[in-house]
Amino acid sequence: MTTAPAGPTGPTTPVAGPPAPKSPTRGRRGLGASSGSGASSVPGGSSARAPLPLRSAALVVALLCALPLVIVVVKAFESGAGDAFALVWRPRVGELLGNTVALVALTGVASTVLGVAAAWLVERTSLPGRSFWRIAFVAPLAVPAFVNSFAWSALVPGLEGLNGAVIVTTLSYFPFVFLPVAALLRSGDRGLEEAARALGLGPWRTFLRVGLAQMRPALLGGVLLVALHLLAEYGALEMLRFPTFTTAILDQFEVAFDSRSGSVLAVVLIALAVTVLTVELLARGRTRHARVGSGTARRAAPASLGRWMPLALGFAGGLTLLAVGVPAWSLGRWLLRSDEALEPANLGPTLWSTLALALAAALVTTVATVPAAWLIARHRTWFAVAVERVTYLAASLPGVVVALALITLTIGFARPLYQTTTVLVLAYVVLFIPRAMVATRAAIAAVPPELGDAARALGDNPVRAFLRVQLPLMLRGTMAGFALVFIAVSTELTATLLLAPTGTQTLATAFWDASASLDYAAAAPYAAALVLLSAPLTYLLLHGKNEEPQT
Amino acid sequence: MKTLQLSGITASHSGTPVLHGIDLTVPSGTTTAVLGPSGCGKTTLLRVVAGFLRPDAGQVRLGDEVVAGPDAWVAPERRGFGYVAQEGNLFPHLDVAANVAYGLPRRERRARARVAELLELVGLSGEFAARRPDQLSGGQQQRVALARALARRPRIVLLDEPFSALDPELRVATRDAVAAALAHEQATVVLVTHDQAEALSFADQVAIMHDGRFSQVGAPAEVYRAPSDRRSAVSLGEACFLAGQLGDGAVTCALGTLPVASAHGTGPCEVLIRPEQLRLDDAGTDGTVGAPGAGGALAEVTRCAFYGHDALVELRLDDASGASTLLSARTFGGRTPSVGSRVRVRVEGEPHLIRVDGGLVDA
Repeated sequence: MTTAPAGPTGPTTPVAGPPAPKSPTRGRRGLGASSGSGASSVPGGSSARAPLPLRSAALVVALLCALPLVIVVVKAFESGAGDAFALVWRPRVGELLGNTVALVALTGVASTVLGVAAAWLVERTSLPGRSFWRIAFVAPLAVPAFVNSFAWSALVPGLEGLNGAVIVTTLSYFPFVFLPVAALLRSGDRGLEEAARALGLGPWRTFLRVGLAQMRPALLGGVLLVALHLLAEYGALEMLRFPTFTTAILDQFEVAFDSRSGSVLAVVLIALAVTVLTVELLARGRTRHARVGSGTARRAAPASLGRWMPLALGFAGGLTLLAVGVPAWSLGRWLLRSDEALEPANLGPTLWSTLALALAAALVTTVATVPAAWLIARHRTWFAVAVERVTYLAASLPGVVVALALITLTIGFARPLYQTTTVLVLAYVVLFIPRAMVATRAAIAAVPPELGDAARALGDNPVRAFLRVQLPLMLRGTMAGFALVFIAVSTELTATLLLAPTGTQTLATAFWDASASLDYAAAAPYAAALVLLSAPLTYLLLHGKNEEPQT
Repeated sequence: MKTLQLSGITASHSGTPVLHGIDLTVPSGTTTAVLGPSGCGKTTLLRVVAGFLRPDAGQVRLGDEVVAGPDAWVAPERRGFGYVAQEGNLFPHLDVAANVAYGLPRRERRARARVAELLELVGLSGEFAARRPDQLSGGQQQRVALARALARRPRIVLLDEPFSALDPELRVATRDAVAAALAHEQATVVLVTHDQAEALSFADQVAIMHDGRFSQVGAPAEVYRAPSDRRSAVSLGEACFLAGQLGDGAVTCALGTLPVASAHGTGPCEVLIRPEQLRLDDAGTDGTVGAPGAGGALAEVTRCAFYGHDALVELRLDDASGASTLLSARTFGGRTPSVGSRVRVRVEGEPHLIRVDGGLVDA
């Protein structure tokens, strides 16, 4: 398609015509624009601008996503900043802050070390059985962190406090570092490292100065995910008796139902999340990490491990044992003892309500992504980018903040909606919209817009053209996002605990209730069901094109 | 069938003006080719006619009906125009039959006979109906795309470089099949292309576009023989330009004095010589061989590009002033002079004069 006017190629001067056929000379007319400055404002749509209903829909979704943030802040400062400050300036808050920062720092470092080491072994060395290890190192994501902590508590009863929290969360979250770093190492260029070696750097210094620098964006993205998950984590830390802001907000809510003091804590939590996001953005910087120059990236032979092989195998095996083996063994043990403890009638309805909720939320979330994703893919304006960013920002808020905000909102302004499925689904949409957004955007972009034109030239109005051409073609691509939201919702704990209508149990909350009363045998079947539901996630993350959103 | 008429069309693309006042009349049942280099605005023009882009000013009219104008706008789906794009744009989730039947009313979509009839029209057998678009070659995809557009009996058929993505052999075969189908339907056609051979052979009327303006509109033979300016001449095929002096019904240039019966007036001008107008005779090493009475200028062969059916010979003319004038000549492929040999150059037919300073020549 021609989009730009002809370049200003001057008239050619040679007397003879060009020797090659099919190369008409281009030139610019000497005369200025004598026409075209007349009636320039034409009502109606030009193809460059998105239709109004579409933009309105995207705006509504963005506002919905921004709502929790606004509400929590307004609520916290309701009776003045001084009052809010008094609520923040307490020894208890200092302790929570220390705990949260220590946890994020220690788990961040530990996840980095484990994730990078695992990725390097799998992608760059001669470690035997690498395709097995690749799956094994992603598999921990199939075990929700609160199930993992349950498994560890059941196995090592004394495990709690900072040590326990760091061990369990690291084993749960290091795949977030492993995945992007491994992807980068797989696609990255070995040539740069070889150049560094040729310039006189030893293998270790090469890794530090070239390898690490190359993987910095991927590493930062992974650590960012770990940090945001840690800030939002409730179940695992509560079970390990390690209070952070999120657990404190929930405790506060259960004891006092005082959403104002909770809101103040939530504002501190938001500030922490924004700090993490900013630090990541600053650390990422503007440096160029892509390849300079042409030529295909080289993939050299993997480094031979030699006599380090047993050590490497020991590391991989040990990590898998701790991260996957422990929950599997622990769950298995309690599952075998639980057949008489739990009447199957209980598991059935819980599973059913979990699936129904997850299905509804995934459907609504996926549909909600379409307007903004369409704008980004088809009419990329500042408005479209802003809408998309707002949804990402809102979703990086911990689930407890979103839940708290929706409680405040419904109690204050929409009482009939308080503790209804509608509000619960809304919370899921706000929390998980980016997972679907990435997939929807890619799916829309994969369909050439010319197909829509073709449909319209064949007599379809825009809506019919969308339904008959665009929708069937993008459906498959959006399914990946749908599945990610579905899995996230079916294993969500924090927001569900706060927002679920009385009497509605999901697998996560049922598990939570059982494990809170230390009834491991009753909790195990729910935990097993949660793991089974999350298992497809491993596959999606390994094989889906779920790339990070581009900036 | 009605005449398609564009008047004063200006249009822009994301704020950049692309079309500057386009006027064009396409009589019913005829084919017009818009020829121009990529980026000149020809696709934008087609999108304006199809209704995918609103013009900033000007009017698109079919008969008496204004489909785009300052106060009128007909959505693309209501125009009843067929549109075939460069890539065909078949719907990948539908088979060939469903693609062809896409634009038909719901109850006609099941009619196998109609699909088979349309496929036959574009030279495809009925067995293609069950294939998926990705099982078709590029040329077959284009034919299906045309069948899909023709299924609705469009009032105008718009073709946007429909053959340029195809291999050369396939291009000719597909073009012939498409031309036959369009002729059978007696369709009114606007074809956009950057291929001059395609434009000249396919259309009844050729419009040459540069930088969002038409530099010339006319019948293929006419615009080829008598282009209005240098750029139009070059966009229709290879051309050499010689400085000349017009006077007494003849023009004097580096090739000698050539008679021009059609031009009047006197003064400096440019002489357009097409390579196929030149005849080369062996002149021997000293330039004495050949009939001296036959006239013609002496030249040296500097380069020779052999294409099989013909060859393009580059020449440097001997010049009394010592300045070297370059020319190219198209010769029969079986008899090409060798590089370095000397030839006598004659012009066959009357040359076309395209510009005279200080007084236009009417050709």
